[in-house]
Amino acid sequence: MGFLDIDKVTKIYPNGTKAVHETSLSIEEGEFMVFVGPSGCGKSTLLRMVAGLEDISQGDISLNGKLINRVDPSERDVAMVFQNYALYPHMNVFNNLAYGLKNRGVDKATIKEKVYETSELLQISQYLNSKPAVLSGGQRQRVAMGRAIVRNPKIFLFDEPLSNLDALLRIKMRLEIKKLQRKMGVTSIFVTHDQVEAMTLADRLAVINNGVIEQLGTPIEIYNNPHSVFVAGFIGSPQMNFIDAELKNNTLITEDFTIPNFLSDFNGNVLIGIRPEHLSPSKKGEINITIDLVEQLGSDNIVYGEMIGGKELCFRSPGNIGFNLGDKSSLEIVENKFYVFDKNSGKIVD
Amino acid sequence: MNNKYSQIFAHLILFLGMMVMIIPIWIAFASSTHENVAILSEGMKWGLGDQLLKNYSEVLNQTGGFSQEITATKMFINSFIMAIGIAAIKVIISSMSAFAIVYFRFKLATPLFWLIFITLLVPLEVRILPSYQIVSDLKLTNSYTGLILPLVASATATFFFRQFYKSIPDELLESAKLDGANSWKFFIDFLIPLSKTMIAAMFIFMFVYGYSQYLWPLIMTTSEQYWTVVMGMKIIFMEGYEGGNLPRIAERFAYIILSIIPPVVVIIFLQRWFIKGLIQTEK
Repeated sequence: MGFLDIDKVTKIYPNGTKAVHETSLSIEEGEFMVFVGPSGCGKSTLLRMVAGLEDISQGDISLNGKLINRVDPSERDVAMVFQNYALYPHMNVFNNLAYGLKNRGVDKATIKEKVYETSELLQISQYLNSKPAVLSGGQRQRVAMGRAIVRNPKIFLFDEPLSNLDALLRIKMRLEIKKLQRKMGVTSIFVTHDQVEAMTLADRLAVINNGVIEQLGTPIEIYNNPHSVFVAGFIGSPQMNFIDAELKNNTLITEDFTIPNFLSDFNGNVLIGIRPEHLSPSKKGEINITIDLVEQLGSDNIVYGEMIGGKELCFRSPGNIGFNLGDKSSLEIVENKFYVFDKNSGKIVD
Repeated sequence: MNNKYSQIFAHLILFLGMMVMIIPIWIAFASSTHENVAILSEGMKWGLGDQLLKNYSEVLNQTGGFSQEITATKMFINSFIMAIGIAAIKVIISSMSAFAIVYFRFKLATPLFWLIFITLLVPLEVRILPSYQIVSDLKLTNSYTGLILPLVASATATFFFRQFYKSIPDELLESAKLDGANSWKFFIDFLIPLSKTMIAAMFIFMFVYGYSQYLWPLIMTTSEQYWTVVMGMKIIFMEGYEGGNLPRIAERFAYIILSIIPPVVVIIFLQRWFIKGLIQTEK
C-alpha cells in the first residue's frame, strides 16, 4: 500500500469513450510522479479522477489508506494547479490564497499568517493587493501554486501548469516547482505532454498511451530500457530512429546493413531503434547516409540524412564538427546501444 | 485634415441626435412653467415662465382622480415600489434560474431553458386575462404584491445570465470546488461578483420596464391608492374637460417632467456599471 493507491481504475465517458483503462498505480509519500503522454491519452482524466472532478467508472482510489471514490473534492484535501491557473479574477491575490482556508473555517489570524508565509516563499508578497488581471504569466503561475500550497494539502496535482508560459519562463518555473516540491516534501502528480518536463521533474514517470500506463519507472530507467516502441519514441529528443529489419537466426537484416550475433528466440519482422546520440560518423560504419539537413544548436548538431532505402535517419554530433549538405557519411552504432522491437506488438525483443 | 472634418461631421450627427431627444423635453419643461391660459392662447413655449414653483407644488400636492383620493406624489411612490420590486426580483430569480440551468446538469435543463425562452413570445398583454384571473383569485388586486408578482419572471434576463455563466471557464468552478466551495457559495462568492456589471445593466432595463407598465396597473387597480405614474398621466387632472374649467396643460407637463426623473436617477447611479456590462466582462 502506497500513499495514493489507484487500483484498476477505468473511466468511461457517457458518450462511450474509454479514457482510462484498468489503470493501477501506487504513489509513495513525498514522491513526485509525472504522467506523460500525447494529448488525449487519458493522463488528465486520471488526474481529475484523483482530484474528484471526474467520477470513477470502475476501480478504487484511496489516499492515505482511505477510500476516496465517493468523497467530495472539497473534502479530499487535494490541491490542484490548472493549465490556465483558474485564479479568481474578482479577488485580489490575498483573497485568492485565503479563500480555501476561509471555507475550511480557519480563523483570521491563522489565515493571515499562512498567506504571508506562502507569499514570502513564492516571492509574491508585493502583489497581495493586486487583482490577477494585472499580473504577468509567471506571477499568475506563482499565485496558482500559492493557492495550492497555502492549504498544506495531502497531495498536489498539476495539470500542465507550464504550457501557457513562454520557453524561458517555463524552464525557470520547472526548476522552481522541483525545488519547492523537494523543500515541502508534498506528494505530487504532474501531468504534461512535454517529455523534457517529464524527465526533469519526475522521481518516477508513468508513460501513458490510449488510457493505459505503457511503462512506469524512473526517468533514466525509462530512457535506458523502454519496453515498447511507443515509449522509446516518446521519451528522448530528438526522437529515436526506427529502422525496419528482419530478425532471422540471431541476425538482424535491414535493406542497408546487417547486425550479426543478436541472440534471441524471436524470428520475424522487427524495428531497430537507435537513439540519435548513439550514432556517430565512423570510417568503419555500416550505415550509409546522404546528409540533407543540419540543425545547429551550438553545443550540438542534429544531423539528418537519408539512408539508401530512402529512410530518414538522424544523429547527434558535437557542435564543432561541420557537415555539408549532400555529403555522404557512414555511421556506426556506439557501444552497440540499440533496441529491437517486435513490429506487430510493439514490445521489446530480448 | 480629413480626420478633423470627419470628427466634426461625427460630432454634428451626435449633436443633432441629442437635439432630437432634448428639444421635446425642453419644450415640455418650459411649458410647465407657464400659466394654462398662456399655453392655450399662444401654444407651447420655448422660454421659461414664472409659474414653476406653483405648478410643480400643485402637481405634487393636489389630489386628483375620480374620487380625489390620490396625489401625484403617492403615484410616484407606487411606481417606484413597483419598478424596484420588479427589477430586483427579476434579477434575483433570473440569475438563479440561469445558475440552475448552466451548472446543475439535470436532464431537462435544455428543454426547460427553451421553455423559459419561449415565454418571450407571450408577453403580459397576451396573457392579461388569465393573469388577472389568477391575481384576483389570490385576492391580490389592489396590492403591491399583485402589481409586482405577475411581472417578475424574465426570459430575457435568464437568457443573458445564462450566456454570461456559460462564458465562465469550468476551471473556475473546479478550482472553487477544491477550495471547499459548495454550489451556493460558488453562486454568492463567484457568480454574483463576476456578473455585477451584468446585474446593474439588467436592473436598469427591468426598472424602466417596470416603471413604464401601463396596462397591468390599469387593469389591476380599482383603488386609486395603487395608481402608478404612467397610468395616472391620462387620468389625473382630467376634470378640466368636464367642468367649465380650462384644461390644465401646464400641470400635465410638470407631471410628465417629474415622471422622467426616477428612471434618470437610476441610470445616473448605475451607468458606470451599465456601460461596462454592455461592452465587456470582467475576466
